[in-house]
Amino acid sequence: MKILTLVRQVLDAEESVRMKDGAVDLSASKLVVDTMDEYGVEQALRMRDADATIEVVALAVGATRCEEALRTVLAMGADRAILVECGTPLDVIATSSVVSEVAKSEQIDLIFCGGGQADWDSHALGAAVAERLQWPQATWSSALTIDGTQLTGTHDVDAGKETFTMALPAVVTTQQGLNEPRYPTLPNIMKAKRKEMRKLPVESFGVTAKLKVLSAGVQVKERRRTMIDGKDAGLAAAELINLLRNEARVIA
Amino acid sequence: MILIVAEHANGKLAKSAYEMTQAARDCGREGPITLLVLGSGVAPVAAQAALLGDQVLVADLPALAEYDPEVWAAAVAQIAGEGEAHTVLIGGSRSGREYSPRVAVKLDAPLLEDAISLTDVGGDLQAEHYTFLARVTERVEALGPVVVVSIKPGALSPAKANAAAAEQFDVELTLPERRVAVTARMTEKSERVALADADIVVSGGRGVGSAEGFVELVEGLADQLGAAVGATRAVVDAGWRPYAEQVGQTGKTVQPKVYVAVGISGAVQHLSGMGKSKVIVAINKDGDAPIFKEADYGIVGDVKVIVPALIEELKKS
Repeated sequence: MKILTLVRQVLDAEESVRMKDGAVDLSASKLVVDTMDEYGVEQALRMRDADATIEVVALAVGATRCEEALRTVLAMGADRAILVECGTPLDVIATSSVVSEVAKSEQIDLIFCGGGQADWDSHALGAAVAERLQWPQATWSSALTIDGTQLTGTHDVDAGKETFTMALPAVVTTQQGLNEPRYPTLPNIMKAKRKEMRKLPVESFGVTAKLKVLSAGVQVKERRRTMIDGKDAGLAAAELINLLRNEARVIA
Repeated sequence: MILIVAEHANGKLAKSAYEMTQAARDCGREGPITLLVLGSGVAPVAAQAALLGDQVLVADLPALAEYDPEVWAAAVAQIAGEGEAHTVLIGGSRSGREYSPRVAVKLDAPLLEDAISLTDVGGDLQAEHYTFLARVTERVEALGPVVVVSIKPGALSPAKANAAAAEQFDVELTLPERRVAVTARMTEKSERVALADADIVVSGGRGVGSAEGFVELVEGLADQLGAAVGATRAVVDAGWRPYAEQVGQTGKTVQPKVYVAVGISGAVQHLSGMGKSKVIVAINKDGDAPIFKEADYGIVGDVKVIVPALIEELKKS
């Protein structure tokens, strides 16, 4: 069995967003593997740990720099990596076309993808890939087990949680709670340097963008930043309630 | 036509249907505003939808009693295709954001996801949406004649109902087999106001100290304010609170009039779920906590002392 785990390289959550010429500029920023994608990588590795016949392939569609993210995933334990290089970012629907083509040519049985990624704030990639492949999907999974070709899990829905079963092939999107992703060890980081990293130009997939980004701006909401002295709790409480009632006028 | 997939629960049309209707009325695109009601026993919902749209399409089928992403996507894509819809609006709920990509792929259409505004500019549909954990607002243009949009809940003002009811039409659907079997549903019910709809939210972080501390401080303050209760990921991970209360990147997004952060440091993942609140109040013992940079009112102090004083103060009036 082959598992494809999707990896997006995103801005480290501790970094601030830099802008240049009306667009987000990541060139000088620290980038990391998206946290929600990491749960998918870990889940794939755990399945392979339990069944050595499983192969785990990591796929990134993005800038040349995504190679760093893929190396990290190889160091976590993925068997090999594919980078589809594209100079300008592709929207989700166009990206799903690249992913599904790779999944077909690699004869993948199971795809993991983060429930959402911290750059495009999109939830759509897993579902769009599932649709292209005509596979079922389970999004926002927080528990997952596999028995032969049957998946059993728990995932979040509008009104709470559901437990589900479905047969492979399938797409599963992952999130917090699913597992605790491992850290790459030094020997594994060394080993990862020798693992296969295949690079393909996005042009070879013949996809066309479905969206055009016109502008971007950093959100700045002006806050009052009024600090109230907390030394006397009673006074501070009275002051806060007064401000909420009479200055902000947001409570009765 | 502009097709709106009307969300509903317990026989009631959801607020999102009103918000999507307003988006349809304001976006500047021509064509009848058509609400699609999918479900089983949905006649009361269809009647409410008839007061919003120019026409209502109803698929009232036992097979639609429970949501499934493939079934919903098939139904919506079929109706959109037959009705030659140029714009398909879907609620930005968890389910809406799950099946809308499938609809976009089926229609070979661009997907404008979690839109907070929607405008036709010279025949092209433009939307604004948040990126980078809601720190950036991006304006994007859909490249294609047919566009699928998910609308962020709470971002747009709800439409007012029309005086006269529009005509309703029953539709026939060819639905796919369900491939995901749901074996159990765990709905989380709360006596409190729903987080997403609340005007006031009181949220607790690690700083409340324990599950008991959370109940005493966060629930105690929420009771006095008639507020919904939220929690940080750390608190949910620790098992102090259910996931349903989690606010942030992996939880819910809220936009109340007042958000009171009790013992919350303010990690960017949490801020992405509440940073658009009208007024933010922060109470934390660490004066350097990032939450204070996002706060309108901050009190540096021990939450175990400050919050009981707030509860007392509110009880006075």
